[in-house]
Amino acid sequence: MEIFRWLNDQLLRMDWLAALVRLLVEDVLGLDMAGRVGASLHFFIYDVLKIFILLSVLIFSISWVQSYFPPERTRRILGGLQGFKANVMGALLGTLTPFCSCSSIPLFIGFTSSGLPLAVTFSFLISSPLVDLASVILLASIFNWSIAITYVLIGIVLAVLGGSLIGRARMEQHVAEFVRHTPVLDVEQAQPSRHERLAFCTGQVREILQRVWLYILIGVGIGAAIHNWIPAELIGALLGEEHWWSVPLAALVGVPMYADIFGTLPIAEALVGKGVGLGTVLAFMMAVTALSLPSLIMLKKVVAAPLLALFFAIVVVGIVIIGYLLNAFAYLLT
Amino acid sequence: MIIKILGSGCKKCVTLGENTQAALANLGREAELVKITDFAEIAAHGVMSTPALAIDDKVVSVGKVLSASEVEALLKAH
Repeated sequence: MEIFRWLNDQLLRMDWLAALVRLLVEDVLGLDMAGRVGASLHFFIYDVLKIFILLSVLIFSISWVQSYFPPERTRRILGGLQGFKANVMGALLGTLTPFCSCSSIPLFIGFTSSGLPLAVTFSFLISSPLVDLASVILLASIFNWSIAITYVLIGIVLAVLGGSLIGRARMEQHVAEFVRHTPVLDVEQAQPSRHERLAFCTGQVREILQRVWLYILIGVGIGAAIHNWIPAELIGALLGEEHWWSVPLAALVGVPMYADIFGTLPIAEALVGKGVGLGTVLAFMMAVTALSLPSLIMLKKVVAAPLLALFFAIVVVGIVIIGYLLNAFAYLLT
Repeated sequence: MIIKILGSGCKKCVTLGENTQAALANLGREAELVKITDFAEIAAHGVMSTPALAIDDKVVSVGKVLSASEVEALLKAH
């Protein structure tokens, strides 16, 4: 257990990096870590470095797994399953597929045109941006393993239930006409060689870092500001657990924001540090990642308003319920 | 012959376009090269992973940056 804890602290939480940055801030720059400027600077440098290091390693390893599950294969696997099992599998495969919600539209069209039920497709669409393996490890690094695992389980449950509900609503007629007439491709895909997989993984690391680095800097910047400059009383007054509105407010603020989970984690970290309830913070994170204006606008091109509204409502209500539940049971996770 | 490169304009699609041009030159063939970047149009071809290559509206490859010689083989088979 001791060894495991040590590995966890050094590899995941990167205590060595915190110590190193502390040296830099205190001895090289001559700032006081107890002061606001020193503490903000430490938070910023340490978090940025930690997230970039973890992210590079994680994207690489996850891309390796992903290279075995191209969307065509996912569709074949899902097409062979039925009912509840298909929903669960859809949610699970969603965790393995690419991070960006912008790639979800071609997938939606490809899945629906091949005859996969809406229930399965939406289970996949909800879990895909919400949960991915990289976010699990980052959550474990910033909070702890029980919170990380709870987040994943909850994300998958939300995806399975949300998808099932959408399936029950019988909204097939609200899918854009052209989607149903899209040809189902069956192009033979050769298994990539080891060399191609390697190139794919390094390409993914570069591509994703290029896409998210700015969000991460902004996220960590906001986190550092919350951490050291915004009084806890103010945040408590807005988002404190004792207010019934804190969870819905966090979810509604999060919806229009478009950021990767990696950019929101430092904000979440700082908010929890200021005493905001875990459920409120995770509701905010889920809202930012699962729903965003750009992805809703893109979805609008393929589904009609009633189906889009149902999708939106189910995800928001689901997130709010999860937020309340987590706030109530957070004491079990620390 | 019309050859379509389907992809959102990322670097991979540019490379695929260059390789296709090289393949055409190697074979001494003429073709119109069209780049499709609108995701709705890409998806309407049934493509889920980009970059993809279509010859005369038939998608022949998805999710892979083909080398010039691979494109040549596909062109010959077409």
